[in-house]
Amino acid sequence: MSDAKNTAKTAAKTTTKKPVRKTAAKSTAKKTTTKKTSFSKETYMKWYEDMQLMRKFEEKAGQLYGQQKIRGFCHLYIGQEACVAGAVSALTKDDKWITAYRDHAHPLGLGTSPNAVMAELYGKETGCSKGKGGSMHMFDKEVNFMGGHGIVGAQVPMGAGIGFAEKYNETGNLCICYMGDGAVRQGAIHEAFNMAMLWKIPVIFVIENNGYAMGTSVSRTSNVIDLSTLGESYDMPSEGVDAMSVEAVHEAVARAADRARSGEGPTLLEFRTYRYKGHSMSDPAKYRTREEVNTYRKKDPIEQVKDVILKKKYASQEDLDKIDAGIKEKVEASVKFAEESDFPDASEAFKDIYKQEDYPFIMD
Amino acid sequence: MRVIQFREALREAMNEEMRRDESVFLMGEEVAEYNGAYKVSQGMLDEFGAKRIIDTPIAELGFAGIGVGAAMNGLRPIIEFMTFNFSLVAIDQVINSAAKTLAMSAGQYGSPIVFRGPTGNAGQLGAQHSQNFENWYANTPGLKVVVPANPHDAKGLLKSSIRDNDPVIFMESEMMYGDKGEVPEEEYLIPLGVADVKRQGTDVTVVSFGKILKVAQQAAEELEKEGISVEIIDLRTVRPIDYAAIVKSVKKTNRLVIVEEAWPLASIATDITYNVQRHAFDYLDAPIRRVNSMDVPLSYAPTLIEAVLPNVKRTIEAIKSVTYVS
Ligand SMILES: Cc1ncc(C[n+]2csc(CCOP(=O)(O)OP(=O)(O)O)c2C)c(N)n1
Ligand SMILES: [Mg+2]
Repeated sequence: MSDAKNTAKTAAKTTTKKPVRKTAAKSTAKKTTTKKTSFSKETYMKWYEDMQLMRKFEEKAGQLYGQQKIRGFCHLYIGQEACVAGAVSALTKDDKWITAYRDHAHPLGLGTSPNAVMAELYGKETGCSKGKGGSMHMFDKEVNFMGGHGIVGAQVPMGAGIGFAEKYNETGNLCICYMGDGAVRQGAIHEAFNMAMLWKIPVIFVIENNGYAMGTSVSRTSNVIDLSTLGESYDMPSEGVDAMSVEAVHEAVARAADRARSGEGPTLLEFRTYRYKGHSMSDPAKYRTREEVNTYRKKDPIEQVKDVILKKKYASQEDLDKIDAGIKEKVEASVKFAEESDFPDASEAFKDIYKQEDYPFIMD
Repeated sequence: MRVIQFREALREAMNEEMRRDESVFLMGEEVAEYNGAYKVSQGMLDEFGAKRIIDTPIAELGFAGIGVGAAMNGLRPIIEFMTFNFSLVAIDQVINSAAKTLAMSAGQYGSPIVFRGPTGNAGQLGAQHSQNFENWYANTPGLKVVVPANPHDAKGLLKSSIRDNDPVIFMESEMMYGDKGEVPEEEYLIPLGVADVKRQGTDVTVVSFGKILKVAQQAAEELEKEGISVEIIDLRTVRPIDYAAIVKSVKKTNRLVIVEEAWPLASIATDITYNVQRHAFDYLDAPIRRVNSMDVPLSYAPTLIEAVLPNVKRTIEAIKSVTYVS
């Protein structure tokens, strides 16, 4: 392969790419308002239901943590719901998903039963990881949810690898790989970006930029705080997305998916979002102001969808109340299910460690 | 004597050493503005300022390496890992750099650095947050590995670790930070590599270290009621290991049980077992037993944690088996 050809290719891409990112980042709001009409009533209703389920489920999980029904670390998704809901609607059910430990909403959005997610939070054998994973390690092969990972950034090379396998097998599917704003400072992420771009792996890298990594704001972690530029060193097409808008999320993911499926490789999407709660249940979040939280609450993703539904008369307030009541019932049922399920038997400790059935464990 | 928390003892050690030596600094995730993920470094930013108490991005490999380079070039970094599970992201710099600079440079460049943070299980945190790597680090020549079990030792050992001219891995526990213990007001140092006999006994020696030592102590109390006299040795450092103290005790009790939180294969317990059979074979009246975590990752469910971690029941069984009591 001639170097000249490579250089030309790179140069061409660099020039076309820059405007893509800049305009996309700037015009998100405009695009959102003009495109809103292009989504169907069904899509809006599904977004509402999906996000409301995530919200109510997480609120319940927070309460149950307070009652010590849920233990360990527990990271809630409240405020960030559009990051999942808008991607679910833009992808197919054969696409693969991977994320970090803030992972309750992803399986819920993909259709995992709230019962299985709640039971996992309780550590019960009926959980989606049989009670072995807990809050941070949800997995559900049925819906192609590949976890639930606890080492910040580790899921990013893995996400590229999942995409690599799809390309290898020529499936036309892709992997959507989530990471936090804190995670992007890990070296492994940059190695993964580079190889994903070099090999045109069908993967969508999503940065859920909720402003903080535990108590550390984005601006305290780097000189480069426009995270949508992080793909630039690798000529990766990138976009900043207003992720309080589920429409904007859907559109950005749809564009990235087109690119992945047509062989152009990865896209980096920076979802600008916010977590209303602390980092985990043990974080009082004293490092930010109430006003800051309120600015984001005003742009609440669920309220935005609700406004459209009511304005367009897709449903009445009573209809939405009915949906809410149904969701409440579902969440309550999941708690009952989890309460009534059993903890895994002690013998489970030696299962699922090796595929080999008769592996000779050390038994002193 | 005054009583303080484990985390306060660690903080005092760092504060005193930082006042004493300008070249000491603390670097890690959330150590400064957040006052430490587990409040170990509370107030240190206020006293020493942002030059010496440094928040990092989540970039373990990078800041561990920056620590090693700074150590080679005259500073004395304390690098905090939020937990040692995350030190695996940085392990290349710990093993390939910190532990090797002195040897490769034939004595020209050492790495006087402390890597510290919590190790081991800390409740229902799942497989990636519940691991013990004491034996991994102890396996590496060039490193020293310290695992204190109480506030008094934590303070004296951390001060020695900071002053030590070699790289030290210093392993704590989230579950010990709130533990209270007597710590003198006046300055003291505890040398690395010296075990502590926590309890005198005549029937059996139990060796342990770190937070799981409590399990050995509870077992010893239970067994005292049954007339079994247990001698407990707290290793305090697992590299170097105070083999002499163990052998001396075994020559008295003729029996040995080791209680350790890590997995069994190639564990500290295994190493001690080798050394005791090598140096005290004729004194042993029973095969040595070890009580480690089961040979599996730790799951989230409480029933599975119960089934896997070393506990008082398993320790008592092991002690009874070497003393031939049923
Ligand atoms: C390698 C590693 N270092 C540190 C931690 C501890 N830790 C857990 S979450 C977190 C903050 C991550 O923030 P971000 O990536 O922004 O994700 P968010 O929690 O905001 O979703 C840290 C430091 C970890 N789990 N793994
Ligand atoms: Mg974040």
